[in-house]
Amino acid sequence: MSLDKDMVARIARLARLKVPAEELGTLAGELSGIFAWIEQLNEVDTRDVEPLSSVSDVTLPLRPDKVTDGGMAARVLANAPGGAVYIDPSDKNAGGFFTVPKVVE
Amino acid sequence: MASLTDFTIAQLRAALAKKETSAVEVADAHLKKLDEHRALNAFITETPEKARAMAAASDARRAKGEAGLLEGIPLAIKDLFCTEGVQTTAASHILEGFVPQYESTVTTNLWKSGAVMVGKTNLDEFAMGSSNMTSHFGGVENPWKRKGDNRKLVPGGSSGGSAAAVAAYMVPGSTGTDTGGSIRQPASFCGIVGLKPTYGRCSRWGVVAFASSLDQPGPFARTVEDSALLLQAMAGHDPKDSTSAPLAVPDFAAAARNPDINGLKVGIPKEYRVDGTSPEIEALWTRGMEMLKAAGAVPVEVSLPHTKYALPAYYIVAPAECSSNLARYDGVRFGLRVPGKDLAEMYQNTRGAGFGKEVRRRIMIGTYVLSAGYYDAYYKKAQQIRSLIARDFNQAFEKCDVLLTPTAPTAAFAAGEKMDDPVTMYLNDMFTIPASMAGLPGISVPAGLDKDGLPLGLQLIGRAFDEETMLRAAAALEKAAAFTMRPAGY
Repeated sequence: MSLDKDMVARIARLARLKVPAEELGTLAGELSGIFAWIEQLNEVDTRDVEPLSSVSDVTLPLRPDKVTDGGMAARVLANAPGGAVYIDPSDKNAGGFFTVPKVVE
Repeated sequence: MASLTDFTIAQLRAALAKKETSAVEVADAHLKKLDEHRALNAFITETPEKARAMAAASDARRAKGEAGLLEGIPLAIKDLFCTEGVQTTAASHILEGFVPQYESTVTTNLWKSGAVMVGKTNLDEFAMGSSNMTSHFGGVENPWKRKGDNRKLVPGGSSGGSAAAVAAYMVPGSTGTDTGGSIRQPASFCGIVGLKPTYGRCSRWGVVAFASSLDQPGPFARTVEDSALLLQAMAGHDPKDSTSAPLAVPDFAAAARNPDINGLKVGIPKEYRVDGTSPEIEALWTRGMEMLKAAGAVPVEVSLPHTKYALPAYYIVAPAECSSNLARYDGVRFGLRVPGKDLAEMYQNTRGAGFGKEVRRRIMIGTYVLSAGYYDAYYKKAQQIRSLIARDFNQAFEKCDVLLTPTAPTAAFAAGEKMDDPVTMYLNDMFTIPASMAGLPGISVPAGLDKDGLPLGLQLIGRAFDEETMLRAAAALEKAAAFTMRPAGY
């Protein structure tokens, strides 16, 4: 499997990664090399083999659908990179918002 | 009395119990070492004030007769574990300045048992790497050097800072995480013990996620017994991690104190004899088997036919999970934000600037293998191979109790070596990844020095949730190998 620059640009867009145009060629080479090496998996006959998605034998545990914590909006928002907006600045745990660039005109 | 920093965890426990020293004294002695060896760059964040406060609280508990398993033991924590109020970066620019509002379950367990945190250790960015060279905060230097050669060597990775800190006697123990070898390979490179527990033994809650079906926290220490003591405190069922095993924690330390392996069947997987392994490592592997045989074990040749496919399958599974896990770093709720003209551009700018080269590469591999039209050819295929790898191990364990292999194909290399192409670096984990793919426990035990004077480790792999047998064999190997060397100047 060989990847060209256009494909790398498409993957970068899907991954929401800004990749400078001048790096696309190098990346295409590196990724093609990795996928060429991965190709060896095709030597293995995997017909009728169940895929293994998790090694844990545990069936996912269920718990009662009850609220177990909350009332900590201030802590949830503490690391907000754009700064947070609080409903009631005198009681930050009353709730608030992360801020993002405007998406709706 | 010998220097407190030369003590093992078991020795510190005894000295503290007999009131020959105090947790504050022990913490101060180790903090002094952090000062002396800061040039190794083993730590991203040092927490001396927190360490002294935790040590004073530990002494107060002991005075009241409430000493826990690790009461007063100073530890370094890989900067992938969230620590409340202490910056947690995953060695990434995108998390620089992130201060968690909560504490990971593993570190919570350690503090409950009385341990004292001296700082957060350096690692490969988001635990992706085998050299510690991908850290945003610079590489870590291995305290070991080749004889007559002053070049700096890498400590291995991804838990390179945690391994270097223990090897340089800055701490008697530390935590790491192992996804494809990130505890065992650096332990081998640094001449210490590194233990990856069975997947599900230690909670992943509060550990920055890389590849969730593979990630597993575990300890570093200088002896097998110390690694068992740490594991005992770290492990246990956690309802907050749905893959955490609902099992009681065995007395790991007791297993490690019992090197009786009479009649134990030790499997030697023939597929681990591969080109590219240094002849010295091959010889050490044979010597390791002879040591175990002399201690009463029975060698058994076993076959793990899909071994060579574990590594390429891993480089589908791990990047796929990484690309999903790292989708959360979008500049909205925490971490770096780089503005853009709209939301989409803000995402792209933030992630383009915040992630380093190797992380971007793996996100792209993962995005590609999960994208429409490629899923079956790559991701499903890799998961099927994973089934076959797990089946290989199950069949081998019908014939033996534990497996013995080399930990890594080479000793520590210099910074800059093996950097020509990504695949060369990936090959470092060829002996550790198969057990990771099957979720099995593994331990690297220092077993000798190569001709350049660098430490080499051997790996023991156990059955799922049978760390005790693995620890017994590791203790026997440790006793026979009698590895007492330390890096010059440390």
